[in-house]
Amino acid sequence: MAMDLTDETIGTSAMPGPVISARDVRVWYGTTRGAIRAVDGVSFDLAPGETLGLVGESGCGKSTLGRGLMGLLPEGAKRDGQVLFRGRDIFSLSQKAAYQMRGRELGMIFQEPLTRLNPLMRISQHFEETIKQHEPDLSKDEIRDRALEALRLMGIPPTRYRSYPHEFSGGMRQRLMIALALVLRPAFVVADEPTTALDVLVEAQIVQILNDLRRNFQTALLLITHNVGIVAEACDRVAVMYAGRIVEQGKVADVFKNPQHPYTRELLRSTISLTTTGLNYIPGAPPDLVDPPDGCRFHPRCPDAMNVCATKNPVNIERPGGGRVECWLAGPEDQIPAGGKQPLKQEELTVADEA
Amino acid sequence: MRRVLTVLTRPFTETTGLARWMLVVGVALTAVFVICAIFAPWLAPYGFAQSSDHGVRFQKLAHPSSAHLFGTDRLFFDVFSRVIWGARTALEVVILSMAVCIVIGVPLGLASGYYGGWFDRIMVLIMDAFYAFPSFLLAIVFSFLLTNAFGGSVIAVSLSLSAIYIPQYFRVVRNTTLSAKEATYVEAARAIGASDGTIMRRYLFGNVIQSVPVLGTLNAADAILTLAGLGFLGLGIQSTEAAEWGHDLNRALADAGSGVWWTGLYPGLAIVLLVTGLTLVGEGLNETLNPTLRRRRLLPVVLPSAHPANPTQEEQN
Amino acid sequence: MSRGGSGSLPRYILQRILLVIPMLWIILTLVFLVMRVAPGDPVSAALGSKLNPTQLAQRRHALGFDRPLIQQYWDYLSSVLHLDFGTTFSDNQPVLRVVRDNGGATLTLTLAAFLIALVVGIPLGLVAGRYRDSFPDAVIRLFGILSYAAPIFFVGYLLQAYVAGPLGLPTSGDSSPITSFEIKLHPKTHILLVDAILSGDGAAIEDVLKHLLLPAVTLGLLICGVFIRLVRVNILQTNQADYVEAAEARGIRRRNVTWRHAFRNALVPVITVVGLQFALLLGGAVLTESTFNWPGLGQKLVQYINERDYVAVQGIITIFALAVVLISLLVDIINALIDPRVRY
Repeated sequence: MAMDLTDETIGTSAMPGPVISARDVRVWYGTTRGAIRAVDGVSFDLAPGETLGLVGESGCGKSTLGRGLMGLLPEGAKRDGQVLFRGRDIFSLSQKAAYQMRGRELGMIFQEPLTRLNPLMRISQHFEETIKQHEPDLSKDEIRDRALEALRLMGIPPTRYRSYPHEFSGGMRQRLMIALALVLRPAFVVADEPTTALDVLVEAQIVQILNDLRRNFQTALLLITHNVGIVAEACDRVAVMYAGRIVEQGKVADVFKNPQHPYTRELLRSTISLTTTGLNYIPGAPPDLVDPPDGCRFHPRCPDAMNVCATKNPVNIERPGGGRVECWLAGPEDQIPAGGKQPLKQEELTVADEA
Repeated sequence: MRRVLTVLTRPFTETTGLARWMLVVGVALTAVFVICAIFAPWLAPYGFAQSSDHGVRFQKLAHPSSAHLFGTDRLFFDVFSRVIWGARTALEVVILSMAVCIVIGVPLGLASGYYGGWFDRIMVLIMDAFYAFPSFLLAIVFSFLLTNAFGGSVIAVSLSLSAIYIPQYFRVVRNTTLSAKEATYVEAARAIGASDGTIMRRYLFGNVIQSVPVLGTLNAADAILTLAGLGFLGLGIQSTEAAEWGHDLNRALADAGSGVWWTGLYPGLAIVLLVTGLTLVGEGLNETLNPTLRRRRLLPVVLPSAHPANPTQEEQN
Repeated sequence: MSRGGSGSLPRYILQRILLVIPMLWIILTLVFLVMRVAPGDPVSAALGSKLNPTQLAQRRHALGFDRPLIQQYWDYLSSVLHLDFGTTFSDNQPVLRVVRDNGGATLTLTLAAFLIALVVGIPLGLVAGRYRDSFPDAVIRLFGILSYAAPIFFVGYLLQAYVAGPLGLPTSGDSSPITSFEIKLHPKTHILLVDAILSGDGAAIEDVLKHLLLPAVTLGLLICGVFIRLVRVNILQTNQADYVEAAEARGIRRRNVTWRHAFRNALVPVITVVGLQFALLLGGAVLTESTFNWPGLGQKLVQYINERDYVAVQGIITIFALAVVLISLLVDIINALIDPRVRY
């Protein structure tokens, strides 16, 4: 049964239905110890022109999810689930078809722009390579025009077209990366911590650019970040991820005002702003993903944990303001056994458990 | 003790593919020669400069037979024995020269990398100049000079080898020190008042020493080749002092024309096998210890076959 | 920090050339010091058996070995600047002339070996890196290791014993090229091959090449293994580079990524090291010349060493050192031409 995981009426006149429809995605890494369940059952929808912010601590699996969607996983990793891109399941594509989709329909923006560009190739060569790979029939001039157009939209003058990557500043390089990722106008873009390596002023510029994306090109953007502030500025909806699962998702304004999940609440509380007087943090460390805890994965660190949280996985239900949440505090009441609502006696978090 | 063993065997247990095989084969090959070196007096049927047995002189250039497994050479020596004794010579020289290299090169590199300044600059210039120079030529020059003083002995040759290899150890240790020096725990140690000596000894040394095994084995391989080369040119160890494969090959070259193949083939093979063994160990170690090249043995991932399609419908107990 | 174009190449070259001078000075000083490491004086070592003590003292004085060390150092430096490398003890020739007559042969051998190693080693390294851990990779790597492990004189010995005969190539027992050429050619450039080509004599050219083949192959094999290992490691590390992943994220097919990104970028650091291998080649040349009786500077060096001819050894070593410094300068310049990041 198809779930409606977004709260807006999806469907513009041009594109009916969500661009991305992910169901129960799993990405497990093989290691020398056993399988790391980096992403363990994630589902979401993304409409055209919509930006979904994916937040969480380091190691919660958000980067893995982004890479898993693009198919850029290392050796020994396996993925499972169903991801429909405009109706096609991109997880079951052949190698060749997968390569064809990348760059043209699916795009990726990486975190560290300096190392992502080949230092021996000019910018022009980067663009030519990408465009020629997908549209081999274009003439040299047409390729150049396309590339210059993409650069112009990012505010990079055409005089820099034949420069080398090391001749640009950090912010400009990231804009280059974005231009390169978008030159073929992919409908879905994953941005993996695009501003983490940049200073605050440049960050603001990039966020502005990403904002404009949805307006100008109807690009569906999955913005992965650990910075809650960016999500508030640039995203329509937000998905909070913990230990491989999305624990809460919904409209940004709503989730930030009425967090239903204790983790979301604690995450928002630990954000530093001008009004911060004391530092809040969540004690303990994210769980071992090779062998996650029973029941709700957050229960060892949750200040509001109940008995049922340690034994049964919470059920994914709809939030009051729209969206989804999975937490026993939010219900459903009828599935909590007797005595389950008693507060859980937490073991003393030893110093060793602290990150 | 257990931990040491685990660390030592980590290159074997945690890796896969070619790197592991290289390591295994390399260690086996090297072990054979090490055994020959240590147990030479028992393994070799005759002494290395022995030309007669029980008063009976050996034949000159005799074919391999049951009495002389590898035949004899033009100096009436038994080739098989000289090959085995040669292993002892090779190992003696290499170990001695490496010891000198490490004792001098590592502390110099550590100090140079740590203190920096003009001392570092001068050392780097000198070491680079040595490093740039053809090492074999340097070895020739040094052994030429030291032979005047020490005669053609094991010590002279070992010192010559040390002289040319110290720059390599210096360079590697210095580079590792430079990067390890910037670590935050070193800064912290300095903040609590640790002296320079303590910092170098406790914090940096452990880091830095990790690069030495790979360098050491590859170096040992090169040293054996250099030793043999010097012997071939007649500059190294003389036949009556010890058995040395390169020198034997020099004499064998003249025999090539007359169809005597055993005097050259066996010493030559010995060199090839020992150097190959050491190189395999070094390369194998490099592949397994270098995180950028390492290929770990990953346990296969098994995903749950029947996964819940819709959590709202299913109850999980 | 952005610039209009990449840094200035001519300026970089000038800087590098200027840096050569202190480097040269240091090497010369080192050679000087090293040569005086041994106790005793060179004159007695070389001529002790031939001359009586008075004559020895005279000789020592004439050559300046009884002067204070600083004075000797100064003499040494100034004579090098005048390109005077002394006169040999044993055969009373100016060292410079010895180098001129024999250096060309060594140069020919070294270059030929270098070419062979490049042409064989680099493609093999590329293949090994591309198909990591597969059968070709294993075979290539084994070949690389064996070619390095087999000493030059052993390979030379085997080649001469088993290959030279069937192929009709000369061995060290045969009459050396000197006797077959000096009669026919007027040495113009003193480089055998060039002289042969200039003379237009087909038989002469063929003869030189036949003599050159085995030694060049032997020496080339030695370096080949080093190239294979180098290129392979660089390919492996480049393949993991971030920009390779970024290219894949844009849909560039594997083989295009390998070719355009990995190979080219992997080769850049190789160029530097390749140039430095020249030093290794010079060392190997000495052994090769002795094994094959190739009339080069290396053979001369060994001869002088056996005669304890101190001046000759010092002179030849100095020349070698200078050659190495110049080669590394050349390599740096080539590197700058290829890698735009280098030209600050």
